[in-house]
Amino acid sequence: MKSLEQIVNECKELAFDLHFTRAKEWKAEQEGRVVVGYMPIYFPREIIHAANGLAVGIMGGGDRKQIIKGDAYYQSYICHIPRSILELVLDGHTEHFDGYIFPSICDVIRNLSGIFKQQKIGKFVKYMDFPQNFLPEIGGVFYQQEMEHVLRYIKEINGVEVTPERLNHSIGLYNRNRQMIEFIYDIRQDFPWRLSIEDVYHIIRAGMVIPVEEHNALLEQVCAHIAKPIGVPQDKIKIVVSGAFCEQPAVGLIRAIEQAGCYVVDDDYMLGSRMIEGDIDTTTDRPLEAISTAYINQSRYSSCIYDVSNPKEFRLAKIVKDRGADGVIFASASFCDPSLLDAPIFQNAFNKMGIRYIAFQYSENINQFKVIKEQVGTFSDSIKLWEDEPVVTINA
Amino acid sequence: MAQEAQKEMSMIIQKEMVSDLFNELARAKETGKKVCYTFIPGNLSELIRTFDMLPVYPEINALQSAMRKKSGGYIKEAEKHAHSEDVCTYVKCDVGMMLKGNIGPTGEKIPEPDVLLLSYTGCFTFMKWFETLKREYPNAKVIMVHTPYQENSEITPEMTQYMVKQFKEVVIPKLEEVTGIKYDEAKLKRHLTLSAEAEDWITRIFDTTKHRPSPIDAYFAGVYYIGPINIGFRGTQEAVDYYKELYKEIMERVAKGLGPITPEGEMKEEKFRLVVEGPPNWTNFREFWKIFYDMGAVIVASSYTKVGGVYDNGWRHDPERPLEALAEYCMNCYTNMNIPQRIDLLSKCIKDYQADGYLTNSIKSCNSFSAGQLAMMREIEDRLEVPVGFIESDLVDPRYFSYSNIKNRLESYFQMLDQRRVIGADIKEVEA
Ligand code: SF4
Ligand code: SF4
Repeated sequence: MKSLEQIVNECKELAFDLHFTRAKEWKAEQEGRVVVGYMPIYFPREIIHAANGLAVGIMGGGDRKQIIKGDAYYQSYICHIPRSILELVLDGHTEHFDGYIFPSICDVIRNLSGIFKQQKIGKFVKYMDFPQNFLPEIGGVFYQQEMEHVLRYIKEINGVEVTPERLNHSIGLYNRNRQMIEFIYDIRQDFPWRLSIEDVYHIIRAGMVIPVEEHNALLEQVCAHIAKPIGVPQDKIKIVVSGAFCEQPAVGLIRAIEQAGCYVVDDDYMLGSRMIEGDIDTTTDRPLEAISTAYINQSRYSSCIYDVSNPKEFRLAKIVKDRGADGVIFASASFCDPSLLDAPIFQNAFNKMGIRYIAFQYSENINQFKVIKEQVGTFSDSIKLWEDEPVVTINA
Repeated sequence: MAQEAQKEMSMIIQKEMVSDLFNELARAKETGKKVCYTFIPGNLSELIRTFDMLPVYPEINALQSAMRKKSGGYIKEAEKHAHSEDVCTYVKCDVGMMLKGNIGPTGEKIPEPDVLLLSYTGCFTFMKWFETLKREYPNAKVIMVHTPYQENSEITPEMTQYMVKQFKEVVIPKLEEVTGIKYDEAKLKRHLTLSAEAEDWITRIFDTTKHRPSPIDAYFAGVYYIGPINIGFRGTQEAVDYYKELYKEIMERVAKGLGPITPEGEMKEEKFRLVVEGPPNWTNFREFWKIFYDMGAVIVASSYTKVGGVYDNGWRHDPERPLEALAEYCMNCYTNMNIPQRIDLLSKCIKDYQADGYLTNSIKSCNSFSAGQLAMMREIEDRLEVPVGFIESDLVDPRYFSYSNIKNRLESYFQMLDQRRVIGADIKEVEA
């Protein structure tokens, strides 16, 4: 077994390999393999796996890719991630990708799919319309049709006909993947010092660019390491980070939050990998229906899913309670409408519920966070100092 | 003189229609009519009428507030309540108005919704907006209709079926429940027949810009022309009558060789013909328009007038397939079209209406329009070799309208158009 440090270092490399080398190698190893890039947040990677493909998450260039071409496509008041995605693609980082998937999360990602179509990037470009109707016989059926559409594209490339057996097998692998990620979060809920959130981030992000079998092998080892009493506890408050689901904060910022006195015991940084809560049924002869039912019934809250029948503020409040967190940090990418429009909903509700929070904005390419660090530090101190006092809310 | 009176006739009709609607809204409690908040793109006007409900359009309230110089205050109010500076200002204006007592454009309080009918067409912000409204109006029934996006430049049978199923199994039963009125398909069909008629007329009206000079401005005046068809009158005889009258007036202008009417009278000389992409600015609408007509620029087509429905390519509500027609209508609105479709549509406008230039008004608020506009502009420039221009403003946030910036940019753009014209004429002379 590798040491935890070795695994974390490996994952660091993988997570930010903006040339997606492992996917390239994997594709070259065997005839008929396809690589499909998908944008944040969630995409049912199982179906690509079953079609002899690898779904690779394109999470933007962060603070590691200089933007030259991408800026020419976007006005200053649009978030940063579409520029860095375009920059990566136009610079040839993804030339081994066969197709691209754009999940329906917002108008920016949606229109980016149109730019890809217009420029004929890849063999196919699919904007994947996730249902906002949550009745299995209506929205569920539509979602299955969307998945079938993707599978037709892949079949045109490699001729693979996906069978229920193949799909059930793939679903099983991703179930295992999600179980282990949840295990990490569950351990960290009580022993967050065993693995920093920065390390967790790298480990999960690595899973977006390598085959699930390889990621599962890494996760097995991580889980074994952190099941043991390692590390030294520090005097920090516990918080949940919410709102940073698409454009990713720079790793320095993720680190800074913990350095400023907070253990992050839950977050939505890599929401796509954790979108489905619990397992998807692997025993049915209609696995696409199983995936769709799981999406409808077992999705985590997200800014992209219409939530009126299951309000997100209560769902986040439950996470805070279940994790034993002291407060919430709302982190939104600048100009991110879905995240920023959710903020007042959460904050008004949390004011009433007495859940402490602070809020700030970031951009993936900014790696100066002195102010944010101070803000988080003050938040942490205020909670530590006034532990037994009535609730204090700070709104940045 | 006669022409002035006729011009006013369509305006008078429109004014009466709108004020009747607001009066009805003010009396909704007494009359027992149910109030339905909904949005312009993908509005299900005919269905709303079939259930005898009264529509309220939050976007219209926002733009009316901007034209009355009230939006700035409303937006600040929303920002005090945790709304970010960087999101769609329609939402903030609406939220601010609500926080200040929900007084509508006529000075009367807008009644609370019985139904929040979200047909979620072409913009994610609508969804977030209704999530916000639902928390403010917990007693309202929420009806969500998911309109699939034309991601592959087409409407597939599956997409239509998905919507029809939503209508049949969710929307109609819920509307029956709220209103206590049984769904009457024959009534819906009658409304749809009238919708198709109004759609024919409005298409003819926007087609009159083929004339030189163009008798109308398809953007600045166009936003008034689309009022009745978009704010709840589609599907009524009143709307058909309004558009017939308007068409008659416009054709009289054509017969006399007259250009468009502006707030300062008739535009004398048509120097530039433009196609505009993007919504207008509402806070300084008159000033904004003036920059154009002062320079002899007329807008011969705009994408904004297609947000509530695209009828250019011959699509009409078909009363024989009522629910399918509603579905197709929603999917066909401009912002529900993908970027290649938008480019094709605007390129066709540039060619059909012989535009000299293509101008983008990029709106800070609106990702649905703005994200991708620069790529569209470049593609249109390459494809048609038409000079392109770019300005930035906002819908209802006065902080983002910089008169001098916009004026300077437009002046340079018009100079460029002028030079192109001179060079073009020189080349023709040499060739001759
Ligand atoms: S950061 Fe927000 S606005 Fe930007 S692409 Fe992602 S979800 Fe859309
Ligand atoms: S983002 Fe654009 S389309 Fe959506 S509500 Fe705002 S102005 Fe309208």
